[in-house]
Formats: sequence, C-alpha cells, structure tokens
Amino acid sequence: MKIPTLSVMFARMPVTASMLAAVMMVMMPHLSQAAVFNPQTVTLDNGMQVVLVENHRAPVVTQMVWYKVGSADEQPGISGIAHFLEHLMFKGTNDIAPGDFSKIVARNGGNDNAFTSWDYTGYFQNIARDRLDLVMKMEADRMANLQLSDDVVLPERDVIIEERRSRIDNNPGALLGEQMRAALYMAHPYGRSIIGWMNEMEQLSTKDALDFYHEWYAPNNAILVVAGDITMDELLPMAKKYYGVIPRGDVSTRHRVKEPVQHAPRKVTMRDPRVGQASMSRYYLAPSYNSENAADAAPLELLSEIIGSGTTSRFFKALVVDQSIASSVGTFYDPVAVDLASFGLYAVPRGDGELADLEKAVDEQIAKLKTDGVTEDELDRAKQKLLDSAVFARDSLSAGARVLGQSLAVGLTVDQVESWPDRISAVTVDQVNEAAKHVFNDKQSVTGWLMPPEGGPVSGSGPAIPLDSGGGVH
Amino acid sequence: MNYFTKHIAGLTVAAFATFGLASQAKAVEVQEVVSDGGIRAWLIEDHLNPLMTMDIAFTGAGASTDPDGKLGLANMVSGLIDEGAGEMDSQTFRGEMENRSISLSFDAGRDDFAGSLVTLTRERDTAIDLLRLALSEPRFDDEAIERIRAQIVSGLKSAENDPRDIASRTFFKSIFGDHPYARPVSGNFDTVASLNANDFRGFVRHAFAKDNLIIGVAGDITADELGPLLDEAFGSLPDHADLPAIADVTPTFGAVDVVEQDIPQSQAIWGQKGIKRTDPDFYAAYVMNYILGGGGFSSRLTEEVREKRGLAYGVYSYLADLDHAEMMMGGVATRNDAIGQSLSLISTEWTKMKDTGVSQEELDNAKSYLTGAFPLRFTSLGNLSGMLVGMQKEDLGMDFLDRRNSLVDAVTLDDVNRVAGELMDPANVTVTVVGKPEGELAF
Repeated sequence: MKIPTLSVMFARMPVTASMLAAVMMVMMPHLSQAAVFNPQTVTLDNGMQVVLVENHRAPVVTQMVWYKVGSADEQPGISGIAHFLEHLMFKGTNDIAPGDFSKIVARNGGNDNAFTSWDYTGYFQNIARDRLDLVMKMEADRMANLQLSDDVVLPERDVIIEERRSRIDNNPGALLGEQMRAALYMAHPYGRSIIGWMNEMEQLSTKDALDFYHEWYAPNNAILVVAGDITMDELLPMAKKYYGVIPRGDVSTRHRVKEPVQHAPRKVTMRDPRVGQASMSRYYLAPSYNSENAADAAPLELLSEIIGSGTTSRFFKALVVDQSIASSVGTFYDPVAVDLASFGLYAVPRGDGELADLEKAVDEQIAKLKTDGVTEDELDRAKQKLLDSAVFARDSLSAGARVLGQSLAVGLTVDQVESWPDRISAVTVDQVNEAAKHVFNDKQSVTGWLMPPEGGPVSGSGPAIPLDSGGGVH
Repeated sequence: MNYFTKHIAGLTVAAFATFGLASQAKAVEVQEVVSDGGIRAWLIEDHLNPLMTMDIAFTGAGASTDPDGKLGLANMVSGLIDEGAGEMDSQTFRGEMENRSISLSFDAGRDDFAGSLVTLTRERDTAIDLLRLALSEPRFDDEAIERIRAQIVSGLKSAENDPRDIASRTFFKSIFGDHPYARPVSGNFDTVASLNANDFRGFVRHAFAKDNLIIGVAGDITADELGPLLDEAFGSLPDHADLPAIADVTPTFGAVDVVEQDIPQSQAIWGQKGIKRTDPDFYAAYVMNYILGGGGFSSRLTEEVREKRGLAYGVYSYLADLDHAEMMMGGVATRNDAIGQSLSLISTEWTKMKDTGVSQEELDNAKSYLTGAFPLRFTSLGNLSGMLVGMQKEDLGMDFLDRRNSLVDAVTLDDVNRVAGELMDPANVTVTVVGKPEGELAF
C-alpha cells in the first residue's frame, strides 16, 4: 500500500528530484501496536469526510482536499480533462482573481501544489498553523465558486501541452510507458494517459472543464485531510464553517467498464534515437484492495518486497549479482486503486547484453518462483521491512495525509489503513506463493522493450554533469 | 564520561542555540557535541519517533579532485564503499542494511563527498558500525567493482542523449573551460573503464579524515549517547586529509550554444555571474531572485512566460554557489518554434530587473514568504541533519536558525535595487539550448 509515486501523477508545478525521492521512500507504515497514523475522523452533515493526523513537531499544518475523481472517470474523447481542471482550479472565483491563489498562499509563508491520478485529484497547502483558516476559506471557495473564461483557460491549455512535451514526449521511457498501459488495459480507462492524448488535449474547452467540475466537485465527493499542529477541537469548527456550509452536490457515480478476459501476452517494442541504454519492463494485471481477489493484495505487497526491492532481493541477487546479466532490476506494485492494479517489473541489461537474453533470465526466475515459492525467512524479512517503513512515514508531516487521502479516495476505510500492519503480519508463505501463481499470468501481461535505433544510439557528446550546485543553506 | 564540549573546564556543558519558530510555541535546539576523541557534531534532539538521521560531508573530497585520466573516481567510490566492508562481502553488508531497515548512502558532488545514514533507534549500534566499516574498511571486491562499474556505464549511456543532461554538460563546459568544474562528476566511458581497486583505496586513504569532516545529527538520540558513537564511527580516520587544492575560477559567460536534437520541445538553461554565500549582499540577491524567478507562481518569470502566455510548464532562476565559483542560473522548456520567444521574454525581465529593480510591495511579499515558510523546513529529520551540515560548512554559526529570518527582514528596497543593478548582467549570459529551435535565439 505505497503512497502514489509522482511518476504516475501530474502536478501543477514541476516537482524536484529530492521531493520525488521523499515521496517515493514513504510506504504504508506501521507501529508495534495495530495503529498506523492514529487519525481522527468526522463526517460533516453534507457528506464531506474530515480526517486529522496530529503532529506537533513544528507549528505548521498540511491541508489536503482529495476529490474522488480522476482521469479514469473522463468521458472518451476528452482525455486529460481531470488534470486540466486541476490546473484551472487556480484560475479564480468571485473573491480570488485568476492566479492569485498561490500568490496569497506564498504571501502567508505557505507552499501549495496539486496533483491528478486515475482515481483522484488532490490539492494541498503547507503553511503555519495560524494561517489554516485563510487557506481553508480559499479551498472551500473554489470547491463551489470556480469561475472560468477562455482568456485564462486557453493559455493554461498551452501550459499543459508543454507539460506533456516535457514529461512524456521528450522522454522515450515515458512514451513507452503510455503505450504499455494502453496495451495492458484493453477496455478499462486505466489505459488512458492521465495528462491526456495530445490530439484530445488540443481540443479541451472551457465548457469541458466546467462540466467536469460541476459533475464531480462537491463536498460529498471530497475528503479533507489535515496533518500537523492542530487538534480536532480546533479543526472541526473551522471545517464546519467553511466546508460544512457548501450544499451537497448531485455527483455522478463512477461507471468503470470491466476489463474483459485477456487471452494473449502483448509485446511493445520502441526504438528511439534518444535511448542510450536499452531496458525492458513488464506489467501484469493484478488485484487491488478493492477488486476481485483482493485477498491477494497484501501477499503481493510482500512478494514485490521479496523479489524486487533492494539489492539483496531475490531477483537482484540472481540477475545482477550472481548471473551478472543485469545492471539493475526491480518490481513495483500499488494495490490502492478503485479497480484493478498492476504488478510491474523492470530490468536493465549489463554491458552490451541483449534484451532477449535478459528477458529469458527474468522468465526463468519467475518460473522458479512459481515452482519453488518463497521461503519463510524471505517472508519474515520482508514483513519486518514493510512494518518498519511505518516509522519513517510517520516522521514526515505529509505522508500520513497522503496515505489516508489516497486510500479514502479510492473507497478504502480508515480502519483498512490502520489495520494494514495486521494484514501484512498475518500473510503466510502459502498465500504469497498462491498470489505469485495468480499474478504471473502471461496472458494478461505486456512486455516493453526500449531500444536505441538499429545500428546503435546516436552518439552524444559525453557523459552528464549533474546540476548539484545551489544546495546551500539559505 | 563526558562527550560534550567543555566550555567550562571540567564541567559537562553542551553548547546550544535555541531557535524560536514563528509562533514561539516550539524551539529547535542546536547542540554541539564533542566526543572524547575530539570528533565534533551538531545535533538537534527530537524524540517524536524512534529514528535518527546523520548527514556527513568530507569537504573538498568531491569529484573536482579526480585526477586527469581518473574522472569519476570519487563518484565510483561513493557507489562502492557500501558494497562490502570488513569481514562482510557485498551481499552480507547490504543484507545487514536492508534487513534492519538501515539506509546508508554516499554521494560525490563537485566539491564534497557526502554521506547519509537513517536508522531506527533499535538498530543504531549496527548502523554506526556499518558506517565505520564503509569509511575505514571498504573491501572493493572484484564482483562489486564490476557490478557498480556496469551501473555507472549504464547511467552514462542513459545520460548521453537526455536533453537535460546534454544541456547541463554543454553549459558547464562552456563556462568553466579548463577548470575541474567543467568535467563530468560521473567520469566518461574511458576513465570509468580504467578505474581499479588501487585507485579506490588511494582515494579513501586521502579523502576521509577528521579535519575535513562535518557531521549533522537529528532525531532520537541525546548528546550523551551520540558522543561515543562519534568515536566509534569516525575515531579511526586519519587526522588530516591529503587533497589537491582547487583554484577559484571566474566562469566565462556570454556564449549561446545550440545542441541539435530531434525533440518536440527545446530545453534551455542559462547562467551569469553570481554572488558568494559570504557576501554581505547575499540575502539582498536571494530576495531579488525570489521575485525574479525563484518564487514559483509569485515570480515574474512564471507570470510572463507561463501565466500570461502559456509558453512553458516550468521556468525558474536560482543562485548556485560552489566552493570556487558562483553563478545565477535558470531554465525553461518551450516548443521549438517558441523557445526564442521564451528566451526573449526572460531576457527582457533580466534587463528590467537590472534597470528598475523591484517594488516595495514585491519586496514585502517576498519577505513574508521567505520568513513565513522557513519553519516548513523543520518538518522532517532528514531536512534538519542536512541543514546542520550546511550551516557548519558555510560557517553560519550555531545561532543561524535563530538569526536567519532577521537576515531576510533586514534587506531594504535600496539593498535589493542596488544589488540588482550590480549583479544582473544581461549582456553576459551563457545560454545552452538542446532541441530543434526555430528562429533567432538570443538573450
């Protein structure tokens, strides 16, 4: 139950590598007792859920509002509208002029940003506790009173198109990832690009954005998560004052098509002159905590840890250390989704190794795993690592808010988040082995090869010099 | 046993400065801890969670000291010293780390060789022992060397055609010429292929010492507990590092370089002369840069390039200070047929800042952000220990956290506008563009 990585989220402002690392290291956490974040939760009369995670280290708070809508809820033909609306939520109301939202937050010593994924859209501010009232008032205002017109919408459409070029079109690995997802999900909208397909983004209109806003943005489809130096006694009156007065909306329900039975493995090969280092990856359809076979989700979290997390994981040891056929290998799995999840793995060949040989070696490891299973020792070590990750997550002001927000936004409960350590602890070797047999089903997989053009990469001008300056204390 | 600074002979006294956060409700105490063996560290105690972070830096031991022909040496050592040490081969060493949820990593920058340790209180002793072994008894087994070499080569291949990497290395080559700062931190295919265990052992012998070591610690540990751990981790290091001196350098600015690449969006970075961290006008320049391009949606560059015209997703500027050179830099990415327009707008803002400076309202807004947001840095332990290293390296003083907001508040409108006139240098800006830009490019 990892929190979302930014690689599958699109933020309103560029996010630095260090921020990315901070987010990616945080996993679903644990305490020695059952509790994880010890959140308090209340539901307002209009249906908006309020969640608080107290953290009194510094006199600051994080406010997050999560809407239970994302790119997988878009109508066909307007892909990217969920993310576009996220940008446009900064374009003003009757009280706040276009573009002023973030400036007001900054003038009050705060940072803000927003993000979109397939199942949710979120907005947040980090700010001194005595300014929470101000940002809550503004966040509630734009939940109900967004004003949009072409003169602010159209330049912003150019911004998201540039964002797409920066993050996808200029990056062959990201382009291949889009192609692979589109192949993995034959019918389900998880195959859609979150930021949108370029040809559809170019046609997105003010009306599209407002229609989507009115269809989905309402207190009964939103979750307020606050973390930091505040108590529920202080928070609740504020939440009632600003969010509680917004009437319930007539919100659509999510209609997601079911993925049909899949009958054949798919292979996507992309050659691009910008690729210097070849690599392979593979996605398998996998259960989430909300889907059929949800009982496999916790075992698969442990499986991913055992085979592909870190330099002593099973696949790393076999392929990188013992066989010397890969220079790196890893797995990824995030079971927090409304519908299906995917189980992924990637591998980079060592030296001038061929992807075909590498893929064969990967497949041998998978076959061995399905035959022999994992050991009790591997499972115990993986459990300990996952359970320890809780303490690290709780050290961050925003990690608890993110994990809870993401989980609640996809329809899980606070109890499900808080009992995660128990679920992980209870998993048996047999359950992991059964889950592995289920998930490693070639018929519902996509394999991607990323390669230089035939004849090798176009020569560059030597290795990179990372921009490592500017890291002083200011 | 006392492990504290002895400010008063014979007494156990921890020196500390108290930093009152905005509301005065909380305080962050910076303590100086000196072990029996004379190892000095700065510490912020925080017992909220049972974990600790330690950041260290060996100053002057970064990639700039790589000998010609051995480029990438410091970087490769940073990848190898946590791959087997003492009696433990790589898998045993990594297993001790991963099974105990200990995070230990090293990184070679241009100037310094940095390390970071994160551990639960439960595993603290093991974590410190692993750190000691990595620094003093790294093995450099053949298996690990060849594996890490392959990973570095793989990274070099990936970087070879990456627009941002190309822009960065072209830019640094352009402004630094023959100075070591022009060279790649990760080395190149030839040098990385030639590095061997003798090189690595030589580096460790010369680069890790007590007299170039800086330590910052934050979290669930007391000064009493930290002292012996400092001796344990660092006590066996030699007293003095033996590193080549790196010359100060004045970068050469003014070139416009284009690297043709068939991509839909051009990637541009630019830079001009900067300002030293120790300069009395540093904070005036820092505030000015916030208004120009450092302040996200509150900055002029974002307003002109993104908000008004939709020409880019991100546009920014920042002050970049290395030990031996300082720059003011920026970046933007815009579709090929409009990158010239973006650069032209940025150039206009550069000149405008030089000629007319900022308004009182802009200055007030910048100060209220920079001072108000300072406490946000205190929300995780990793930030704290890293900041303690930076404060020592820059010689900012133990009371810096307490003084910092007053340094920002002391900046006047006259200061900013005078510094803008002196620092901004639109006639001497180096621009590097990677892509297929159309039309004229100039700054």
